[in-house]
Amino acid sequence: MNDIAANVLKGDPRSIARLITLAENNDPIAANAMKTIHPKTGNAHVIGITGVMGSGKSTLIYELTREYRKKGLKVGIIAIDPTSPFSGGALLGDRIRMMELATDDGVFIRSMGTRGMLGGLTSAVYDVVEILDASGKNIVLVETVGVGQAEVDVIKIADTTLVVLVPGLGDSIQTIKAGIMEIADIYVVNKADRSGVEQTLAEVESLVEIACINKDRKIPVLATISKENKGIVELIDEINKHREHLKKTKTFEAQRRKRYEAELVEIIRKRLMNFIFDESTFKGKVESLIDQISKKELDPYTAADEILGKILK
Amino acid sequence: MFDKKELERIKQKKDEWDKNCYSKHVKTHPERKDRFENLSGIEIKNLYRPDDIAHLDYIKDFGFPGEYPFLRGIHPTMHRGRLWTMRQFSGFGSAEETNQRYKYLLGHGETGLSVAFDYPTLYGYDTDHPLSRGEFGKCGVAISSLQDMEILFSEIPINNVTTSMTINGPAAIVWGFYIANAENRGISKDTIGGTIQNDILKEYIAQKSFIFPPEPSMRLIVDTFEYGFKYVPRWNTISISGYHIREAGSTAVQELAFTLGDGLEYVKSAMERGLLIDEFAPRLSFFFNAHNDFFEEIAKYRAARRIWAKELKKLGAKKPRSLLMRFHTQTAGCTLTAQQPEINITRVTLQALAAILGGTQSLHTNSMDEALALPSEKAVRIALRTQQIIAEESGVTDTVDPLGGSYYIEWLTDKMEEETYEYFDKVEKLGGVIPAIEKGFFQREIAEAAYRYQKQIDENKRIIVGVNNYTIDEEISVPILKMDEKGEERQINRLKKLRKDRNNSKFERNLENLRKAAEGDENLMPYILDCVHSYATLGETCQVLRDVFGEYVEPAIY
Amino acid sequence: MERKIRVLVAKPGLDGHDRGAKIVARALRDAGMEVIYTGLHQTVDMIVETAIQEDVDAVGLSLLSGAHMTLFVDVTRLLKEKGMEDVLVVGGGIIPEDDALKLKKAGVAGVFGPGTRCDDIVKFIKKNVKR
Repeated sequence: MNDIAANVLKGDPRSIARLITLAENNDPIAANAMKTIHPKTGNAHVIGITGVMGSGKSTLIYELTREYRKKGLKVGIIAIDPTSPFSGGALLGDRIRMMELATDDGVFIRSMGTRGMLGGLTSAVYDVVEILDASGKNIVLVETVGVGQAEVDVIKIADTTLVVLVPGLGDSIQTIKAGIMEIADIYVVNKADRSGVEQTLAEVESLVEIACINKDRKIPVLATISKENKGIVELIDEINKHREHLKKTKTFEAQRRKRYEAELVEIIRKRLMNFIFDESTFKGKVESLIDQISKKELDPYTAADEILGKILK
Repeated sequence: MFDKKELERIKQKKDEWDKNCYSKHVKTHPERKDRFENLSGIEIKNLYRPDDIAHLDYIKDFGFPGEYPFLRGIHPTMHRGRLWTMRQFSGFGSAEETNQRYKYLLGHGETGLSVAFDYPTLYGYDTDHPLSRGEFGKCGVAISSLQDMEILFSEIPINNVTTSMTINGPAAIVWGFYIANAENRGISKDTIGGTIQNDILKEYIAQKSFIFPPEPSMRLIVDTFEYGFKYVPRWNTISISGYHIREAGSTAVQELAFTLGDGLEYVKSAMERGLLIDEFAPRLSFFFNAHNDFFEEIAKYRAARRIWAKELKKLGAKKPRSLLMRFHTQTAGCTLTAQQPEINITRVTLQALAAILGGTQSLHTNSMDEALALPSEKAVRIALRTQQIIAEESGVTDTVDPLGGSYYIEWLTDKMEEETYEYFDKVEKLGGVIPAIEKGFFQREIAEAAYRYQKQIDENKRIIVGVNNYTIDEEISVPILKMDEKGEERQINRLKKLRKDRNNSKFERNLENLRKAAEGDENLMPYILDCVHSYATLGETCQVLRDVFGEYVEPAIY
Repeated sequence: MERKIRVLVAKPGLDGHDRGAKIVARALRDAGMEVIYTGLHQTVDMIVETAIQEDVDAVGLSLLSGAHMTLFVDVTRLLKEKGMEDVLVVGGGIIPEDDALKLKKAGVAGVFGPGTRCDDIVKFIKKNVKR
């Protein structure tokens, strides 16, 4: 497995897939491989796609990918679905909409479960983006679990964030005003052949008007019918324009910097939690502290002091 | 329905019985379950009484057989006048092999034919299409051209016997093969009788052998209604089906509600085109499942008749023949077990009996080996004999609707009707049948019901004899149907020769005419028939329609 | 750190009966596995490419149309050719006993016909996955 990083850089699908698994499972081999991989990243345009269930994100991604492929670009797709908090399992079905791309060797699709992480992403997503980037993909599409208020972590990882809506949401736009509606670089009203599309477009436009006062870029609002391949070329246009805008205003690096910060935080967090809760050194101690908290012999803050005290010493 | 004073007396007596007899008994002899419920989740009481159906009116709600609302039967004499058609669904391998099986079945007393096609045919692919690899003849007969249809019905009197064909996506084309074959044999198309399933809505919902998207599919279906009414008047141009919805895991109520909902959608589409309801409605037919819960199934068929009659009347139908629902039934394939396969004969018998007591016009009984393979000759003969025994030896056909008036049956019929209307409301709120399909409503309901059912079995809350109780260690020893290994190669060669020998300029011209017509809005049947007569294959004809109409991709629901 | 078992559930060929595949997918999910469900009408190539990209531990094939001897064998063979011989291949549907034996010889580790409990499939996969 020493040359797994080398094979990833060559674009070998098997190695890409294996390394992703190792990264997801926090295997030290992955941490080691990332040392070789990280310097080779930075070329791919990372596009985050979020939106309510039923907005047709997967079909949109499929159509975007087809257009990108026509231009000869290589595409990586990360499709994230929620992990059940009860069973720990997940039904990852986003790929269904994209199966025609399965045998295109310029496309790599990976389905991932959130595995307990909130925010719409999964803990290993940073690694996966880097792996796909380094393997030669020009575009990385990240489809998140985007249900409402809290699933906004996508902005940490994406250069360009798309928020996908459907006509007829009506009051739903009001209720998701905070959260998802604030993070868009581009709004997409998909399934634009449905009734209510004019109203939805108007509502989003008015939100945009208010939000973009005194901003140097007005967020575009596009209508698409992904299953008929309508509006896709225009969307790619806007995505490219956004990337140019980021580069011109030098926000591109600043945004990337935020991503690396988030990645670093996530790696530290995972290692810390692993050290405290899973490694044998502390586990027994932690268990007994929790027992004491349950019996009201101890409060949670004092318990935390004890653990952190030991680590930070 | 009953005299008020009499009801009071009965209620009093019932309360006494409850207190003195029933309650006392269950204290020391508790019932086997805390709650008895049928497969639709409806709670079943210990005893049904007059007051359970007192709110119903005999003349308005029950009526007489042969008259609105047709609850008790669609003909005055039902099986006293004519037995149901014994119509065994069959097909496998090549047309030659299936032709033999049809002759066998007719020789043993079946009274109607029913064609099962293989997967490539169901999807409109010829045997030599790349996607057909490995699938030739495995679950039905391969029909790629008019020539195959000629072989399939060789020496079979199709002027005397009716044929049902389970075909949906390419139904219009396969119907074309049948019509053309009849005409070539000198049998005029206004005398041939039969059915094409041609029910695309349930394909989207359950069986999944769709080809084109909803709009062009509905157009094709209404084309067949129109053509059939004018030129093939004895033909049922649709068999609106619940069988597959049930097989996919739905409850009985869902089967009822979703099937009738689909039916009403077809009626509306035809009326939108300007067809008169009393012209096409008499040739609509239905197809239901006969599942395990004996009384629930009977109530389901009766409720179906009454609801359909009511709804068509609302839509303006006046002729009695437009209001009466004719249906075919098949016993539930999904209830057959691979374990101890002989006991499937018992299951099928009970299911068949329910269908007959429910007033079916036509019946297919499954063979005992069908959880393992397609039916062997002996197994299908036993299945046919099952129907014949019920018909000749059991006495149940001596009177019409023998269970009519049963407190339980009438209550349950009414209850299922009520729950069906609740589903109608839900679907309407979603915008109608096709929007509901796009939103995955039916598919989700079915997947949930299927999962619930499996959980009950896995947790031993529902017993399947031989599977999670009363099991044995066994070697499965029923003879399995083996098919001719050389069949696929023979078929492919036959196709090659056909494509060479036909008049290819005529064939190309006809395909081009079909393409132009498909892009417009003329009735496509005449164009399809022209293609068929010039020996265009199923795949070639379907490809033209695929090019014009596109292909349907289903929403992802699990 | 939790290691999840990843399973691809696919329906090869033209068979459209997906009741069982969907139920098994849900059951595996309920047992804590990550299930990639790719739906109907999958070609052998699609299935194997997906198995590679998703780095699955097991592939579950469902088929009720009788074409299993061609399609299951092809999938198993192609997985081997692509260096995925460690992947556990299981199948279900309408498969007579004789064919099930032949399939096992061809590398299909488990054949689960009608009457199988979901639990048995879960246990089998948990017991037999390689990693």
